[in-house]
Amino acid sequence: MTLVERIDQAPLLLQRWAVSFFPALLQPWVAMLISAAAIIGVFASLFALSTLAERKGLGRIQNRPGPNRVGPFGMLQPLADGIKMLIKEDIVPLRADKVLHFLAPIALIVPSLLVYSVLPIGRNLIAMQCQLGVLLFFAIGASTELSIFMAGWGSHNKYSLLGSIRAIAQMISYELPMVLAAVTVILATSSLDTVNIVEAQAGGFWAWHAFTPWGAIALLTFFICALAESNRAPFDLPEAESELIAGHLTEYSGFKYALFFMAEYLGMMAISGMAITLFLGGWQAPLPILNFIPSWMWFFGKLACFVVLFIWIRGTLPRLRADQLMNLAWKFLLPIALLNIGLAGLWVKSSGWIAWPISVILLGLAIVGLGRLLRGSRPRGGKRIYRYAD
Amino acid sequence: MPSFIFYLFALVTLGFGLLVVTARNPVTSALSLASSFVGLAALFISLDAYFIGIIQILVYAGAVMVLFLFIIMLMDIKAEEGKKTNNGALVGGCLLAVLLVLQVIMVSGAFHGERTVGDLDTAAAIGKAAGTELPTIANDLREGSLPDTKLMGYALFDRYGFHLQVVGLLLLVGTVGVVMLSKRDTAAKEAGN
Repeated sequence: MTLVERIDQAPLLLQRWAVSFFPALLQPWVAMLISAAAIIGVFASLFALSTLAERKGLGRIQNRPGPNRVGPFGMLQPLADGIKMLIKEDIVPLRADKVLHFLAPIALIVPSLLVYSVLPIGRNLIAMQCQLGVLLFFAIGASTELSIFMAGWGSHNKYSLLGSIRAIAQMISYELPMVLAAVTVILATSSLDTVNIVEAQAGGFWAWHAFTPWGAIALLTFFICALAESNRAPFDLPEAESELIAGHLTEYSGFKYALFFMAEYLGMMAISGMAITLFLGGWQAPLPILNFIPSWMWFFGKLACFVVLFIWIRGTLPRLRADQLMNLAWKFLLPIALLNIGLAGLWVKSSGWIAWPISVILLGLAIVGLGRLLRGSRPRGGKRIYRYAD
Repeated sequence: MPSFIFYLFALVTLGFGLLVVTARNPVTSALSLASSFVGLAALFISLDAYFIGIIQILVYAGAVMVLFLFIIMLMDIKAEEGKKTNNGALVGGCLLAVLLVLQVIMVSGAFHGERTVGDLDTAAAIGKAAGTELPTIANDLREGSLPDTKLMGYALFDRYGFHLQVVGLLLLVGTVGVVMLSKRDTAAKEAGN
């Protein structure tokens, strides 16, 4: 094993070294525990870093310094936030369903961490290789809707309940085009295993699925849905504290609120990780010459790019209205994703450059046509009509 | 250890299943149903039926439960208190359960002569000695890597492709019907106003 390979496999070697201290009977359990602990440790600290990056980045976009008081350049701000959240009073409404109110953040954080088990973070670095990794990812991701319901119902507050209806409606609407966008990759690689999907994109950036006509559109669809699924701007209606009273989070304070906050960032990073795995070559280097850089560094580098993109979009785009949100999902993204599956099938069957012009023409027509339809659904120019506000 | 996990998840499934029927609060019932589905999915996965297990979570614990929850949230269903138990339904339910148990006994009795995985193992050993390979599914079963997604896909889209399309058409008719009904309601309301 050369030095480059050793560094590449360092986390795995470390795990094996730690496991070797235990008796053979306990070893599989210890290995599992170490994988879980590593995922929790790494991604929780990434959560802290990305909150800092977000506040700094948003500050820069909004022409203000951002947090700069705690530690050098405000680096210790996440730590201070964490301590503040921990020692805050935890307020539970008097008539709340105590059990549901308590369970909701836990039921949200567990699936948010569980989805990382099927993401290949580097070569051979995956907590649980499963034949149905992609399906498992979406299945676990879908169960977060239950916890949003628990939060909304358990709070015994009509604004919480309305907020959770809104959040769940948004999540189930955007889940559909997201899964359909992922189907194209499953069709092309004929595998549901995340490791196989990454290995199918070996060789350089031209082999990545994002550089095929269907892959580019699927990645865009997936990314828009990822924004909505993780409740990020411009789709952050579930938690629009300035207009919509923070939705299902209204009655949460202290560390329970911090858990919701953490689950949002963890979900954002998990979905970005899935987008990287499906479309951007996972841990593969963009050029074969760059293979000496450890595979996990490529994964985390791509992940950092995604996080920056999320922050940039949050600082740039205004929030959508609820009906615009639903129209975008059902009348634009869903038909595009369905058409895209057909084009992926064409690409697989024709296996050549003939699919390029056909795909570009069909997708262009579909995007322009659907875009016009969407625009036609509201009056253009002239006076705005306020239906409910008069 | 596997048997311990089996008993744990069987207990989860049955316990929450019981809670679904006995709980007075509809929200408790719905969430217990979701937990029961998760327990059932774990049982499927422990039987190496990964696809069914994961689909169980995706479809039942995900989609179907969300439908239930939407109904609860929109209708504002309150906990039923002091309501008498419906004796007829109780007797009917018990009868149905007994019938199901009888059916399971009969089906498992009918399968008694069939080969089990253990038999396949010995058959594979004999086959290897004779220099012939068993069919792929048996091999995959032996290696514990049965591609159940592919089997399911072939069965659904190849063998039962026509039936699947009929079911799809039925669902489409249902969807169109719902849209029509809700549209007519709004149209009537607007005409009334």
